[in-house]
Amino acid sequence: MTQDLLYSIAGIVLFGIGLFGVIAAAHIIRKLIAINIMGIGVFMVLLATARHGTITDPLPHAMVLTGIVVAVAGTALCLWLALQIHQLDNTTSKDQPQ
Amino acid sequence: MFLKLEFQEHKLSSAGLSSATRYLLGILITVLSAALAFVIIRSEKAAPDLATLATNKLNLSGVENPVTAVLLNFRSYDTLLEIAVLLIVAVSILPDRLPIPAATAKIQFLSNMHPHSVNPVLVGLLKWLIPLAIVMGGYLLWTGAYTPGGAFQAGAVVAGAGVALSLAGHHRFIWQTASVRISLSLGLLMFVMVAAANAIITGTTLQYPTPYAGSFILIIEVAATVSIAATLLLLFTQLKAMVEFTMKGNNQ
Amino acid sequence: MTHFSIMMLLPMTVGLPLLAAIVSVIINSHRWRTSISTMFATIQTLIVILLLLAIPDADGLYRYTLGGWGAPLGIDLVVDGLSLILLLTTTVLVLVLNLYSIWYFSDVATSTRFWPLWWLLVAGLNAAFIAADAFNIYVALEMIGLAAVALVALTGTRTALVAALRYALVGLLGSLCYLLGVVLLYRAYGTLDLAQLATQTQASPLTGSALCLISVGLVLKTALFPLHFWLPPAHANAPAPVSAALSALVVKASFYLLMRFWLDVLNPTVTGITANFLGVLGAAAILWGSFAAFRTQRLKLLIAYSTVAQLGYLFMLFPLALTGSSPTPLSNAAVTAVTYFIIAHALAKAAMFLAAGNILASCGHDKIDKLQGLVCYQPLALLTFALAGVSLIGLPPSGGFIAKWLLLNAAIENGQWWWVVVMLGGGLLAAAYIGRVINIAFSQASTEKSTGPMKTVPERHSLQVNLAMPGLALAMLAILLGFNAQWILNLLEGSIELHLANAGGVQ
Repeated sequence: MTQDLLYSIAGIVLFGIGLFGVIAAAHIIRKLIAINIMGIGVFMVLLATARHGTITDPLPHAMVLTGIVVAVAGTALCLWLALQIHQLDNTTSKDQPQ
Repeated sequence: MFLKLEFQEHKLSSAGLSSATRYLLGILITVLSAALAFVIIRSEKAAPDLATLATNKLNLSGVENPVTAVLLNFRSYDTLLEIAVLLIVAVSILPDRLPIPAATAKIQFLSNMHPHSVNPVLVGLLKWLIPLAIVMGGYLLWTGAYTPGGAFQAGAVVAGAGVALSLAGHHRFIWQTASVRISLSLGLLMFVMVAAANAIITGTTLQYPTPYAGSFILIIEVAATVSIAATLLLLFTQLKAMVEFTMKGNNQ
Repeated sequence: MTHFSIMMLLPMTVGLPLLAAIVSVIINSHRWRTSISTMFATIQTLIVILLLLAIPDADGLYRYTLGGWGAPLGIDLVVDGLSLILLLTTTVLVLVLNLYSIWYFSDVATSTRFWPLWWLLVAGLNAAFIAADAFNIYVALEMIGLAAVALVALTGTRTALVAALRYALVGLLGSLCYLLGVVLLYRAYGTLDLAQLATQTQASPLTGSALCLISVGLVLKTALFPLHFWLPPAHANAPAPVSAALSALVVKASFYLLMRFWLDVLNPTVTGITANFLGVLGAAAILWGSFAAFRTQRLKLLIAYSTVAQLGYLFMLFPLALTGSSPTPLSNAAVTAVTYFIIAHALAKAAMFLAAGNILASCGHDKIDKLQGLVCYQPLALLTFALAGVSLIGLPPSGGFIAKWLLLNAAIENGQWWWVVVMLGGGLLAAAYIGRVINIAFSQASTEKSTGPMKTVPERHSLQVNLAMPGLALAMLAILLGFNAQWILNLLEGSIELHLANAGGVQ
């Protein structure tokens, strides 16, 4: 029992670290990394829920897999938008800040 | 909170927060996380009724791996929507259908770039690596029914083969073709088709007729592997092209 | 057997938009894509109307078990009057916005992305409205969020891209908070099905934390003051039909889920203080949003801030329904009022964004101060704007009037007169910011050189009329809603009975 509690607490700590990063960092890449850390935190709590002594619940595992795919999709879309903005900033005159 | 966003490489400043605000925020989040952790420690886990139920119904699901059974049978609707999420991102990143260079045939997905110098070691390595990765993907897809594995893992490995091909620089992917659009949407298309077929056969959407459950799951997984591999490869090559374009602009 | 075939329509409300999305990804012809889209929108409308006719008679068959597994193991779909009304609103708006988009996105490069994303958004919305499973709601929310972000980014300007990116970050943050809340619920109760959770939940620190996380996530996505900062830029910089769908439908989806969790699923955990807290934030949203709308310089931003204010009215639901004397929160007058408000606002706000889109397209800008003489060259757009404005302010014959009147009634019945003051004040402020636009639009352009608008005769008159009609139709509907209130109210009555049956229906 202590092992999965440890997992849950580590997950909550990661969630907190990520939340701090999302709010406190300004650079978009840092924000995205922070959001992914938050996601990993949630997935760890979810995985800890799956263990019941000898029985393992497959539902949280499937939910984590779905969650990972959704996180990949969201991160990719954000990166794409950030790169487009970066490109617009760099192709327009560099001397004039936006 | 999100009012300040930085996009340039060298500006890693904080989001306009004074150090006092940062400390305050840190303390607040620490307290909230500690409270949440405390609540979790004190709470009881529910009895694993659902885990037992899933194990009992596993023999009806058509596969032996319980996670695959949940993903593609018990809760297949979630997976259907998840593949739709991937399609959203693929569509938004897909380059515009500009006039395709006349040299490339309309259905050609891969075009040879004829680089000036061909590195024989690299070519030799790719000739081994890429078929191996595709066979590996096929194995992961098939083994998903029995042990950890499945469409996403297989798609990721196949996409890895494409990434290796793209990094080697001998080939380039043409994303404006019809075959690309079909492979991107194949997973979702097949899933919706299977759901409709089930509705006709068994009377309930996504309820596979028990003896054929395994086959239906395999059909969906093969199609999903194609879409997932295509989507991941599209994400990689498009983001890479964007970064290279911007860096070229910086150097000039 | 007949019931079975009718319930088949429920999964089709998600399957058809998905199919439409796939078809519009694969085919390459602009003309075919638009006609197939229109066909799908029409079929979808028929399906929802059939559901609407069939459901009240299909006793007990408002649940659909996907895959035949049943609630704890599989995923169910649920439909009741409330979700039916939201489905109907969605489908009507989709049909009208579909027509508008055919003319709006005649540029082929954008339209290849627009149509698939549009249908994926609709699939996500429908999935959220009929969801009965907490994790399934998470996936549906992500579908809605990512599709909406991609649609905002279609404009392609730097402002729109930044707005889209901020919207994406907020959306991901909100979904993760929601997901953590769901994980806690699953840990404590071992099920994800909303109806089963509703029968099992008790007030405990863990359930309280889950409610907090779920509410923060959904409130962030609904843009309640002070978490509204992302909404105005995102809604103001999207293409016109997308702005209309975002303000009319997308924020309502997360609000609908919030309603479900507070009034039904996690109701035992809710206390009067937390309900009043949401009410206070809603009141602040009404006042701040209206004030910001009055101050802003751009027409689309004005409409977006007005959405912030109107969303504030929706949050009046929580203090009115949860701290009143009514024994079961769902049989409350406030629920009826807020549902009516959702429909009225959806129609009026969509009409307004379409009108603003036409003004933006014909003037090349939407600076309010430079819209003098608008009445001469965009009379239909201005008429649409004014009619929608009548409903937003809540003037008599309109749907907005009935909605506000019901809400005021609920407040007075509960003796919570302080909300009445805020709501009436919000109405006055709305009259001020809408009046400001109309006033400028009717004023004479002083001289040719001082004003910006291009007074050229529209090159393609028929296109102008085509673009004006959908918005005008929606604005007329918003007004007509006031004349035929009883029909909607009856539907809502039925909804509440179904909803209650649903909450207690499983085991």
